[in-house]
Amino acid sequence: MRDVLLVRYGEVFLKGANRPYFLRMLTENVRKAVKPVGGHVWLSDARIYVSDFADLQDCIARVTRVFGVHSVSPAVEMEKDLDAISAVCIRMMQGYSGTFKVFARRSDKSFPMNSMEIGQEIGGRVLESNPNLKVDVHKPQHRLNVEIRDNAYVCVEEVPAVGGMPMGTGGKAALLLSGGIDSPVAGFQLMKRGVRCCAIHFQSPPYTGELARDKVMTLAKELSAYCGGMRVYLVPFTKCQLEIHEKCPEGLGTLITRRFMMRIAERLARQYGAQALITGESLGQVASQTMEALVCTDAVVGMPVFRPLIGMDKTEIMAVAEKIGTYETSILPYEDCCTVFTPRHPVTKPKLDTMPDAEKRLDVEALVSEAVENTEVEYVE
Amino acid sequence: MAYLDNSATTRVCPEAVEAMVRCMREGFYNPSGVYRPAVDAFREVRACREAVLQAVHGEDCELIFTSGGTEANNLAIMGAVARMRGRQVLAVSAVEHPSVREAFEALRADGHDVRVIGVTQAGELRWDELARALDDGASLVSCMQVNNETGAIADLDRLRRMTEGRALLHVDGVQGFLRVPFSMRQADMYTLSGHKIHAPKGIGALVVRRGVRLAPRQIGGGQESGMRSGTENTPGIAGLGAAVRAMRARGGVAAELMAKKLRLVAAFREAVPETLVNGPAPEDGAPHIVNLSFPGVRGETMLHALEAAGVYASTGSACSSKKRKVSSVLLAMGLTPDRAECALRFSLCPDTSEAEIDEAARALGEAYGALRRFQRR
Repeated sequence: MRDVLLVRYGEVFLKGANRPYFLRMLTENVRKAVKPVGGHVWLSDARIYVSDFADLQDCIARVTRVFGVHSVSPAVEMEKDLDAISAVCIRMMQGYSGTFKVFARRSDKSFPMNSMEIGQEIGGRVLESNPNLKVDVHKPQHRLNVEIRDNAYVCVEEVPAVGGMPMGTGGKAALLLSGGIDSPVAGFQLMKRGVRCCAIHFQSPPYTGELARDKVMTLAKELSAYCGGMRVYLVPFTKCQLEIHEKCPEGLGTLITRRFMMRIAERLARQYGAQALITGESLGQVASQTMEALVCTDAVVGMPVFRPLIGMDKTEIMAVAEKIGTYETSILPYEDCCTVFTPRHPVTKPKLDTMPDAEKRLDVEALVSEAVENTEVEYVE
Repeated sequence: MAYLDNSATTRVCPEAVEAMVRCMREGFYNPSGVYRPAVDAFREVRACREAVLQAVHGEDCELIFTSGGTEANNLAIMGAVARMRGRQVLAVSAVEHPSVREAFEALRADGHDVRVIGVTQAGELRWDELARALDDGASLVSCMQVNNETGAIADLDRLRRMTEGRALLHVDGVQGFLRVPFSMRQADMYTLSGHKIHAPKGIGALVVRRGVRLAPRQIGGGQESGMRSGTENTPGIAGLGAAVRAMRARGGVAAELMAKKLRLVAAFREAVPETLVNGPAPEDGAPHIVNLSFPGVRGETMLHALEAAGVYASTGSACSSKKRKVSSVLLAMGLTPDRAECALRFSLCPDTSEAEIDEAARALGEAYGALRRFQRR
């Protein structure tokens, strides 16, 4: 008899011929997640199991953050003996009161009782041992699961997990990570769909300092708790900003800055092998995020730009940021590159055909390549 | 590299390191013990206490070792008022360190009548406001000896004359200790901090004239005559004692620092003729602190530009520089927000070299030339 963690997966179930691939990725990701606590992970009978972990709570916390996992349950694994199973069930239900139901399942058809009989027998014994419990087969408060497979498994508690698709099954994308509240949430949303991300951050020394860099690396580290680690590209952006400030119409400054970010990000994304960019833009949040402005920024990119927050309100975004644990870092007050040269009156409805003229005094290619060449790369996990 | 942020903290001197290592390796015993090595540890603490008391001419005073300046300031202010009966009138200057300012704010929230005494552009107290507070029965006055952001020196003799026999006088000497002359005849309570004078962080002290009644802020085993319970930080105390002795043995520190500071101001003015001095004239302020504005370039931007050249300074007090707002001290002194936003503090120590100052001036000139073109609209 030993303690194991029973891991259920969600959407992967819906896959057809691809299911083995998704399951292999998911099992591997669970294995990586529990490695620091020394767990043994295996896949069997439509479940992933973890055993031999040092600390149950730590193991649960790690596994519930693995994308593709629907929920986990601390369970007891034992031989297929009715008395032994009943004893564990009675012990497990000791602290509970209210209504319960036994959910029995039998994939080993050589076991002498069928699922109905197992449920009735164990339910009866539990009921006898704990006077605070009643049976309710329709809407039970507690679900006591008994599964007869190659071993017997018993569990009652179920901890919801993050859901989504296994990391790595959704392709690669590059996340523009500013240090604000939105971009880490945008990254999280796509990671959740199995997308492996790198982060791209623009630095503007001496207008921004070491603390701003530290903040963005901390955010990347916080996201790594979900994706297992990520590459961070740190782009020196001051020269682009100063040139834009000097040579472009003031009202279009932020928009042109965004266009440069996109151009640089696309080059770096291709280096990384990514097929798309991810930004934290939300429609109408600021002048550079109006529909007209997004048209102007998208025009310089030759790959899809995913904007998972486009239809969310700030308060909704903040709620996700708090849930995933990036909010407190995001609100640290260090200046980032976006706030340095904010125009007094930014144009909110820019026209795409005016862009070439607005940028005509800039050597776009030289500025972009110089920034890409001087980009630093770090890895966080 | 040019380290010009010695008011934030200083490098620990070799004498202090050696004393601390010895204390941790060999003299690690608990000074409350009654066997020989423990008594030796007690003697070491006593010797350090005496060394610090001598340095402030306070041989007949008591000294409470604390974790640093903040704790000493809290203990002096909250501890003194806790011993007074009823609602008090209290006076504090408008340019104090947050560890003093917040202590008075907490007392105000408790219902005490806290009077904030303004300052002039040179950082001098508005004496008429102080006189009014004293006439209204102020029982505690707190004023810093040397302002941490501008280097303005308080006229403690005048303060003492005004408060003598009327109110307790607390002086926060964190930035003044050993660099500006001081004697315990000038105050009832005096705060000092180790890491500003080449001792380690985590050690400071409150010197208290005998007869001043304080209530402890931390209770327990009764160490430090019951004023600050908790096993003594003997390595920190050993480091503080050694640093004080080393600094005093050096002698003439103030004159040496002042010469360096004047050189710095001259070199910076040559590099950037637009340089403005905030606070007292350089020759009037403390010998190791000067606050300068370089018009048109935000202090934070200049700080990072200097940093890239290996020159380290700060925008105001390190304790508030992460909060990204204009210095309330400079605003209280009547500076415009624009000018305060462009302010940087440079602070020296006896080890600052002329080469460092020249290097900084060169970096400043180059950075200013490059940054002035790009002003925020």
